[in-house]
Amino acid sequence: MELTLWTYEGPPHVGAMRIATGMEGVHYVLHAPQGDTYADLLFTMIERRDRRPPVTYTTFQARDLGGDTAEMVKTSVRDAYERFKPQVMLVGESCTAELIQDQPGSLAKGMKLPIPIVSLELPAYSKKENWGASETLYHLVRTLLLPLVPPPNTHKPKREAHIRPKANIIGPTALGFRCRDDIREVIKLLAEIGVDVNVVAPMGATPDDLLRIPDADFNICLYPEIALTTCNWLQRSFGQPTIKTVPIGVGATRDFIAEIGKVVEIDVSEALKRSQSDTLGNWDVSRLSSANNPNASRLPWYSRSVDSTYLTGKRVFIFGDATHALAAARIATEELGFTLVGIGTYSREFAREVREVAKKHGLEAVISDDYLAVEAKVAEAAPELVLGTQMERHIAKRLGIPCAVISAPIHVQDVPARYSPQMGWEGANVIFDSWVHPLMMGLEEHLIGMFREDFEFAEGHMSHLHTAPSQDSRRESLVTEQAIAATGSSNQAVLTPVAQAVAQTVDGITWSVDGEAELKKIPFFVRGKIKRNTEKFASDHGISTITLETLYEAKAAIGK
Amino acid sequence: MALEPCTEVPATNIKKSNTDLSVLKERGQREVFCGLTGIVWLHRKMQDAFFLVVGSRTCAHLIQSAAGVMIFAEPRFGTAILGERDLAGLADANEELDRVVDQLLERRPDIGTLFLVGSCPSEVIKLDLAKAAERLNHRFFPKVRILNYSGSGIETTFTQGEDACLGSMVPVLPHSQDEPSLMVVGSLADVVEDQFQRLFDKLGIGPVYFFPPRRAAQLPPIGKGTKLLLAQPFLSDTVRSLISRGATLLPSPYPFGIEGTTAWLKTAADAWNIDHERFEEAIAPQVNRAKIALERYRQALTGRKAFLFPDSQLEIPLARFLSRECGMELVEVGTPYIDRLLMDTEINLLPVGTALSEGQDVEKQLDRCREARPDITVCGLGLANPLEAEGMATKWSIELVFSPIHGYDQAADLAELFARPLERRRRLTV
Repeated sequence: MELTLWTYEGPPHVGAMRIATGMEGVHYVLHAPQGDTYADLLFTMIERRDRRPPVTYTTFQARDLGGDTAEMVKTSVRDAYERFKPQVMLVGESCTAELIQDQPGSLAKGMKLPIPIVSLELPAYSKKENWGASETLYHLVRTLLLPLVPPPNTHKPKREAHIRPKANIIGPTALGFRCRDDIREVIKLLAEIGVDVNVVAPMGATPDDLLRIPDADFNICLYPEIALTTCNWLQRSFGQPTIKTVPIGVGATRDFIAEIGKVVEIDVSEALKRSQSDTLGNWDVSRLSSANNPNASRLPWYSRSVDSTYLTGKRVFIFGDATHALAAARIATEELGFTLVGIGTYSREFAREVREVAKKHGLEAVISDDYLAVEAKVAEAAPELVLGTQMERHIAKRLGIPCAVISAPIHVQDVPARYSPQMGWEGANVIFDSWVHPLMMGLEEHLIGMFREDFEFAEGHMSHLHTAPSQDSRRESLVTEQAIAATGSSNQAVLTPVAQAVAQTVDGITWSVDGEAELKKIPFFVRGKIKRNTEKFASDHGISTITLETLYEAKAAIGK
Repeated sequence: MALEPCTEVPATNIKKSNTDLSVLKERGQREVFCGLTGIVWLHRKMQDAFFLVVGSRTCAHLIQSAAGVMIFAEPRFGTAILGERDLAGLADANEELDRVVDQLLERRPDIGTLFLVGSCPSEVIKLDLAKAAERLNHRFFPKVRILNYSGSGIETTFTQGEDACLGSMVPVLPHSQDEPSLMVVGSLADVVEDQFQRLFDKLGIGPVYFFPPRRAAQLPPIGKGTKLLLAQPFLSDTVRSLISRGATLLPSPYPFGIEGTTAWLKTAADAWNIDHERFEEAIAPQVNRAKIALERYRQALTGRKAFLFPDSQLEIPLARFLSRECGMELVEVGTPYIDRLLMDTEINLLPVGTALSEGQDVEKQLDRCREARPDITVCGLGLANPLEAEGMATKWSIELVFSPIHGYDQAADLAELFARPLERRRRLTV
């Protein structure tokens, strides 16, 4: 048993729903009690989908358990087939149905329906949502394509030079992070280097489209959590190479183009050159006048502009699925000049990759799906920006730290109406804006530093963050909130590790009146860090009372 | 699937009246939350209580999704997620549960009452939470009281979770020395509770206890003198347990709308022998105020057709309000189940011939709804956007459970919830 307050991933059958909901012509019969229909609203509300997910639930009740729940499966399969006439049917069970062992997949297969039935066995007590999505896609593709697999050692005819290469884009699903817009952006990138798109799957694909997958020259593994298993199988069975770079960020997009160039032997040097030269401004009149001209990202230039100087060394904490967390780490450090103070993922399948990146930055990766553990790590790292999921937004709100969402799980506000991809050149633009906006704009922050005596910039001035209280006041309200919860008694033990991390003072060290007064003159957004640094300096030097002098000595020794 | 009754109704409770109208009883796919979701409002209501679901990852994901992942403070609910190891043997699961409870109480020493909430998987593997609660009480009571109930989707729908939760508190309610008192049963928004308390004071009815209380540790007393007035129509089991502890039920329509609120207060007033004049005088200012406020929305709603999908068991009283006070026409009134003991007073007020349906086969019901093209469809969140996309105005029912809608001062607010989607459509030109 594991205690949770929030979870990063749903059960594996929700992963299966993400595949089915992204596709056309697929129906999923789920052996499940009535409560499981909640999953429908993930799609209809969070993504504002205009249709219910293509899922029929058997809706068994306690009274059915002694009777024939297997018969309910068959009835549901029959009714769903007749009503929806799908081309392929997925049949599986949720956690409760797994316990009653009806084996709905086998039952459905025994019914001799004239369509392929994909039996999904997704162990709900040991696996989670992304795994469920990955397995579902794999079994669906495998079921349909197995008859088409050529015998081993079949020679694959080489693509003739005048024929444009064709790619499959594998991995975008319903409820993924910005999948809808990423697909468009990637198709645009491919067009720019002369690659055609054969099939995009599962999002928007029909079973017939899946049957055409082998026609492509290669597969783009766009969301490895969902697509890697399938891509590996396609590589083994059809000899289709897999593009493994995920084009999130300017550097990764360049690598993505280069990798495709190498794999399908096409010349991508023009596109790469363009992406370099454009970093210098993009003001060329000929470009501005032609809407068709391919664009590079503005990120490199914006990042170099003087206004961005204040971004230097901003301490950032990253947590999300592995794909987005890894991409974010690279963008943050190489393209925005941030300092990585924490990185982690809930995607255990990709723990190794995340650990490697963490190590490169002298960190230990947080590989966990325990929300409380992640919260403790964020508090400990005291970042200036959190890049995470909907859950980290909670954590950051609570700690009064700016936050941008970079990965699922998401909320309705992360499915914006406007075009806002994460991938490709435009994706990098979107990322620049959406990560930088939660921070105070550069000049404004400098001014606050310069005019810190100005009453307008006094304690609590939070610029864009006006809705989030400062860490100090937040801590106080947290204490109050908790105290109220503790039947009116201000029980210190109620304080969470989070609040403690903020409040903590190194043992035995006190602040003199002048020292504390000087500390208060320091802008609130760096005050916590300077307080900690100074206390550490005092502790290291055996100083028990921090005076005004100690503060400046520490500053001289440690730097900003 | 065959049509069969979804609720066992004790035959003695069925009265012959308007309620003879035939009820369409359906069985099929249900688009209804399970009882676990009651936690989402109960944890806000009883702020010293914590709800620990003993269930699967699905349960955790469900209450997280139902709560909208938008709660700012740390939620007062969590899940002990069952893993493969727990399914291997029961002794193991019990030890695991104790460990998780230790961990939780250490993190949250402010918890006064801990509810262990059973789920579908814990019911199916027959994890005995009653025994677990007893065992844990030995260790933690009186500092923490541990209670248990089931919110499983194989046994309960949506609001039945509150019924099960309140039911679990009934055995530990203190015994009142049988003096007369009024117990208002069913969770109400605090602001509404205060309004009612003021009205009862004005009428001279008291003492009045609200159940559930705002703090789970402050349990209302019960005894032979306790008269029960239901604020919510979904408390079948709780009411029966309260009756078995000596209380008397005052059957009444529910306090939705002006008519319902008046009838509800009158039921209490009659039990306290409050004379007619005093009653009229006490309620007059609020009734007048409510009438003025309601009129605006009545004009917007009158003559419009409403179709109610089953969700919260509030459907029948709401339909009564919509038809009698807002002038709406009822196409179909669906409800998860009908308990005649609690619903007859309401069913009697529905227009003769109202199409009532109990249970759900969602595809068939959607077909009927599309066929009828109602002006407004009341349904759960899973259906609302798809129906909007088909051009139908919807009122998502979850708001009816979360918003203060009881009493005179909320009568217009309640109507406004139905008028708003229509008004929105009127305004939009794209």
